[in-house]
Amino acid sequence: MLTMKRLLSRAGVLLAVSLVSGCDLVVLHPFGAIATQQGHLIMISTFLMLLIVVPVLGLTFFFAWRYRASNHEATYTPEWDHSTALELVIWTAPLFIVIALGAVTWINTHTLDPYRALRRTDPTHMVPAGSHPLVVDVVALDWKWLFIYPEQGIATVNELAAPVDMPIEFKITSSSVMNSFFIPALAGQIYAMPGMQTELHAVINHTGQYDGFSANYSGAGFSGMHFKFHGMSRTDFDQWVERARSGADALNRDAYLRLVQPSERDAVRRYSTVAPGLYDAILNQCVAAPC
Amino acid sequence: MLNHTSLTTLLLGRLTWDALPLHEPIILYTFVGVAAGGIAIFGAITYHRLWGILWRDWITSIDHKRIGIMYIILGLIMLLRGFSDALMMRAQQAVAFGDSAGFLPPHHYDQVFTAHGVIMIFFVAMPLVTGLMNFVVPLQIGARDVAFPFLNNFSFWMTACGAVLVMMSLFVGEFARTGWLALPPLSGIKFSPDVGVDYYIWSLQIAGVGTLLSGINLIATIVKMRAPGMTLMKMPIFTWTALCTNVLIVAAFPVLTAVLALLSLDRYVGTNFFTNELGGNAMMYVNLIWIWGHPEVYILILPAFGVFSEIVSTFCGKRLFGYASMVYATVVITILSYLVWLHHFFTMGSGASVNSFFGITTMIISIPTGAKIFNWLFTMYRGRIRFELPMLWTMGFMFTFTIGGMTGVLLAVPPADFALHNSLFLVAHFHNVIIGGVLFGMLAGINYWFPKAFGFKLDAFWGKCSFWLWLSGFWFAFMPLYVLGLMGVTRRLSHFDDPSLQIWFEIAAFGAALIFLGILCFIIQLVVSFLHREELRDVTGDPWDGRTLEWSTASPPPVYNFAFTPIVHDNDTWADMKKNHYARPQAGFIPIHLPKNTAAGFVIATLSAICGFAVIWHMWLPAAAAFAAMLVAVIVHTFNYDRDTHLSADEVRKIEGSRTALLAGHV
Repeated sequence: MLTMKRLLSRAGVLLAVSLVSGCDLVVLHPFGAIATQQGHLIMISTFLMLLIVVPVLGLTFFFAWRYRASNHEATYTPEWDHSTALELVIWTAPLFIVIALGAVTWINTHTLDPYRALRRTDPTHMVPAGSHPLVVDVVALDWKWLFIYPEQGIATVNELAAPVDMPIEFKITSSSVMNSFFIPALAGQIYAMPGMQTELHAVINHTGQYDGFSANYSGAGFSGMHFKFHGMSRTDFDQWVERARSGADALNRDAYLRLVQPSERDAVRRYSTVAPGLYDAILNQCVAAPC
Repeated sequence: MLNHTSLTTLLLGRLTWDALPLHEPIILYTFVGVAAGGIAIFGAITYHRLWGILWRDWITSIDHKRIGIMYIILGLIMLLRGFSDALMMRAQQAVAFGDSAGFLPPHHYDQVFTAHGVIMIFFVAMPLVTGLMNFVVPLQIGARDVAFPFLNNFSFWMTACGAVLVMMSLFVGEFARTGWLALPPLSGIKFSPDVGVDYYIWSLQIAGVGTLLSGINLIATIVKMRAPGMTLMKMPIFTWTALCTNVLIVAAFPVLTAVLALLSLDRYVGTNFFTNELGGNAMMYVNLIWIWGHPEVYILILPAFGVFSEIVSTFCGKRLFGYASMVYATVVITILSYLVWLHHFFTMGSGASVNSFFGITTMIISIPTGAKIFNWLFTMYRGRIRFELPMLWTMGFMFTFTIGGMTGVLLAVPPADFALHNSLFLVAHFHNVIIGGVLFGMLAGINYWFPKAFGFKLDAFWGKCSFWLWLSGFWFAFMPLYVLGLMGVTRRLSHFDDPSLQIWFEIAAFGAALIFLGILCFIIQLVVSFLHREELRDVTGDPWDGRTLEWSTASPPPVYNFAFTPIVHDNDTWADMKKNHYARPQAGFIPIHLPKNTAAGFVIATLSAICGFAVIWHMWLPAAAAFAAMLVAVIVHTFNYDRDTHLSADEVRKIEGSRTALLAGHV
């Protein structure tokens, strides 16, 4: 009976391990430097907390078994309810963990602040002084994503691309309701809010195709509000821009006002030109009427 | 000069036949089921001539014990509704992959997850917590009732009427499709023009009045009505947590009321507090609602902590370790719970220093919480632990909640939160603390105090089935969600493209099925215990060898709770009395002053629900009429001077005498 139980539990553990190793924990194993540091931080924080959680769980098991009512050999002290030394340990042990975790938090919240321009593209490569990041203006629409590349003069819907190892500066807003701009492989999310702008600095280190989506419920079409993010080599990216430029569609104010109408699961669309000042007009909620 | 159409509009507002969901088969069948069940219950009550008893002993009762029980019944009924929503979501997410759209279109699915959250927090967790406090606190402090018995009845009916409005949205119109906090701009009139958000607002406003008044009531009770000798530092821990929770309620719920009032102004009269235009700022709503919302989670968990403290001490046969540090921990949590709200939206883009501040304050809360876990642990140390049902739930809590607390602190690290916010990891975390903490606490409390309320214990076999199914069901349902969160899967999706995720949702659905069986076993446990009530009878009033005052009186307690107000010398009062060979007084009874039943609470609350319904549908004439009637009812009630009654010394002697005989027969 016991061996059977042990066998079953071992099989259970094996199943769990194979399931977890078989799946793609992109938050812990991402492809961009920022997300990688965030993944590490999750591991470090969890480890710090396990320092206290594991002993607590172990002691709970042990005390529950040791002091079960049927065990008359265990000491029984019904009146014992205070020990200054023990109280000191009880309060200071979590305190020390929190001090350590708090220090880690303070430092990393500042170094991984999404508003802060990147200093390195990965642990070994500094961003060269005077270099300029790729700027992308992101607009969450009902229920699709518009990406405007102001320096390239192009725009896309539901498709985002960037060259690897080049810092990207996202400026993010929304046309109607709140969304959250999230590419787990690249970096943590930040809200997209109407009439407001948030920023995100990130870099992708490996070529590939990654999932991006809205991580904040925004209405009926929310489930389909995803896009692909392509990490490309420099030359591929330039070609991708050229291809977009050679198209016929222009994103002027009228085209935008048509685009902004609610729609779901839109196909990828590319615009060869973008009306000047369009992003600022969207941000200030005045595309239809001049600001 | 009203023509026909405008009169119809004034009378019926936007209510038309289209509001009935005749085209939605799921809701239609549910309605048929509910209607059939309702008719059956109505018929049974009529057949057994129970309407009089129901009216006199329950609906108009202002006995805190009966009101507490009614709160708990309300919570359990709403649990069935909220859990049905959960089953639908788990089923939808387990099948809606690739070409399959599942069985719930977004229009319905979005209502389901909104209703699930609203119902579970406001109409399951809150009534269970309030019910337990209502029942237990006066007994624990040696009081005859709460400070304002009529207000207590009124509070209950306001909460119940809020629940009724939510239930009505299922069959008349629809519920909000916004998520449980109804964040604007999505919940504004521009993006949610239909009645869903109005149902949300008015059900919470009406229930909120009840919650706030009950908070005031219990604070007054605890502060003013403790038995002589019971100084603050001699109060039972559950009463301490109840005090802190009610302080939180009184300080936090007005914020909710205000923010919902501002949202309704936006929706009804066209103001621009939270709109995108004209200087409105939706972020203010997010801040305000979480300034209520974070204390709210402590409102729920603190009483659960109190329940566990009572249970651990009782079933270990030992004084609670570190009483004073337990009290300080509770108070520290109460204060800190107001300094952490921003951790719910680090991703809004506040600066790094602001985010760090709120992250670190959040972590600091884990210190007193950790101290509490240690205190329970060292209460077990050198105890004699009896693993009866309440203790089993407590053990389940200690294992489950510790993990939930850990993932909570992880989410408090802002850069980690950027990756995990709004993901299924977050969903797993808060279910881990709310099921593993609040719900396990309430079920532990129900199993613990049930014999006190009804005079017989709950069946252990079915109770154990329920416990193990709940516990394993929880782990099966939510561990996959942690994994999915780490895979970058966000919440509130009704459809997925990636087929590799499906297995995890199937495991989660299996877990939900186990929980379903757990709930089923709980219902069977109640039925079986009722049928076997003679075998499970508790004649002593003290079935668990309890330590606090509620166990010194009969089970169920007489209407006056205590014939003589007890005198307190120790924080484990009843254990202390037993140790010193306390003898029940047999003579010298005096008449007991008691409040009289009144229908006013029921009437005013019903009128306010009618008024709420009318306002939701823009039925201005009925709304005005119901509001006027409500004012009249309130004024009439103030002229009711026939509010109290006296139980004569003879009657008290008779009640106490029969208990003496019962106790003698038992020994």
